[in-house]
Amino acid sequence: MPQQVSVFAENKPGKIDRITAILEKNDINIRAITISDSGDYGIIKLLLDKPSEGCDALNADGIASTLKDIVAVKIQDRPGGLHSASSILASHGINVEDAYGFTIRESNEAVFVFQVENIQKTERILRDEGFPVLSDKELYLI
Amino acid sequence: MYWNREIETAGRNEIEKLQLDRLNRAIEGASKTSYYGKIFRENGVNASGIKSIKELSLLPFTTKNDLRLSYPDGMVAVARGEIVRMHASSGTTGKPTVIFYTARDISEWADLVARCMTATGTTRDDVFQNMMSYGLFTGGLGLHYGAERLGAMVIPSATGNSLRQIQLIQDFRTSVIHITPSYSLHLVEVIEQNGINPCDLGIKKAYLGAEPYSEETRTKIENQWGLDAYNSYGLSEMNGPGVAFECENKDGMHVWEDFYIPEIINPDTGETLPDGEEGELVLTHINREAMPIIRYRTRDLTRIIPEPCGCGRTHRRIERIKGRTDDMLIVGGVNVFPSQIESVLMKFPEVGNNYQIVLDRQNNLDRINIKVELYSKMFHGELKELKALNQRLVEELRALIVVNPRIELLEPGSLPPSTGKAVRVIDNRKI
Repeated sequence: MPQQVSVFAENKPGKIDRITAILEKNDINIRAITISDSGDYGIIKLLLDKPSEGCDALNADGIASTLKDIVAVKIQDRPGGLHSASSILASHGINVEDAYGFTIRESNEAVFVFQVENIQKTERILRDEGFPVLSDKELYLI
Repeated sequence: MYWNREIETAGRNEIEKLQLDRLNRAIEGASKTSYYGKIFRENGVNASGIKSIKELSLLPFTTKNDLRLSYPDGMVAVARGEIVRMHASSGTTGKPTVIFYTARDISEWADLVARCMTATGTTRDDVFQNMMSYGLFTGGLGLHYGAERLGAMVIPSATGNSLRQIQLIQDFRTSVIHITPSYSLHLVEVIEQNGINPCDLGIKKAYLGAEPYSEETRTKIENQWGLDAYNSYGLSEMNGPGVAFECENKDGMHVWEDFYIPEIINPDTGETLPDGEEGELVLTHINREAMPIIRYRTRDLTRIIPEPCGCGRTHRRIERIKGRTDDMLIVGGVNVFPSQIESVLMKFPEVGNNYQIVLDRQNNLDRINIKVELYSKMFHGELKELKALNQRLVEELRALIVVNPRIELLEPGSLPPSTGKAVRVIDNRKI
């Protein structure tokens, strides 16, 4: 099951600089990054090629980080691409808690990454409907 | 102008005779309580065995911790049916300090407060707006009862709601107010924002209390409103407000010696100091049936002014309080101990051991910010979890310290470590 790294961050300058420096030093690549902000602090979510190592490296440097399980599904990079996946989730009453997406270079595909309560059930539903759900290795190697 | 000329101008001998009589009665009452009963037996103290006021220094001290340990009624000297009221103030580690009163105690207290107000020139023709919080805190109800005893008209407006306060002042021609210094500074701003000159409202006197403030702040408040502001001193352990009060001369606060015996001690050695020297104020309540308290260590630093006052009152005065011998903070008039805050924080595994309390004043109102570090191992990567944590911290702290704190969640390692002498409290308020 793929994972992303969630980082607790105070809302102050230099935060991303410190995180990215640690990741660079450990030769870890960032596939995607999102920041959810709540005034004084927020959570930075990182999709890394080596999430477990990245999380350890950040924690070792005193940055509160944790691994979160996610669902990553490959969709078509065209109008309605995401809708075809999201309509299936909706029809099964699955609530997407937090999500982002990115396109894959030199292809007409994209990846939709999200958090849900029941990951295994969600992955099964998407697979049954013919969507390529990415394993951890597949995702990190994109 | 006196409320009770005979008592207020009694000769020293007369006062000491009354004190001795009442002290022995207080000891007799105290010896019936489980707390003092045991202490007195251990120290060989007999009721009516005190022959001179000087012998008071042979009796043991009572501390806030003793009050806490005897919670809820270990210091009660009367039957339950005799008690008509209780008040409480915050304790250092959760348990509040509770004070009980009989009907006579409430009546005597009201009389004493009427005496204080009369000493400043307030009469039954005044309209008294009491902008202090009512409830467990003694400040609101203490002055309320005193003003009614005096015969003034009381507006029990309590704290906050500034626009309504202004409306009440205007409509009922308030002439005397009871207010914390910080709220007064804030209220003046609101009055001016509404295009009113506070001096035009016609308020003549203000009683300032419940929090420390400087002589400069008093002068500022007097100039802003065009009134006379009087210092008052009190603590719930000694009833509440009315323990010591300034007269019209505004030069130190008369301690009402027919109710209290003041002593100044060296806070480190406990030795009694002569009049005029600065030290910790120790008070013995000699006129309360429900709960006599012997040699209570107030932790307040001051000195006794032995010289006679021009007003003719013979009761000795104390200077304005210089500071505290402990780490108690006063936030918006409420007593807060850092240890209370710590006891709440330590219940939360999500926060680390380091914390910092930052006090500041915005728009003349006290704010308490508590900085805590998130504990890495309890971080699960969810924003909503952090928000819920913040909310639970605020609720638990508010329940214990009454004041509404602001919580700042910080990254681990942001605060100075708890080893050594970490600065836990940063007070940015200018008083």
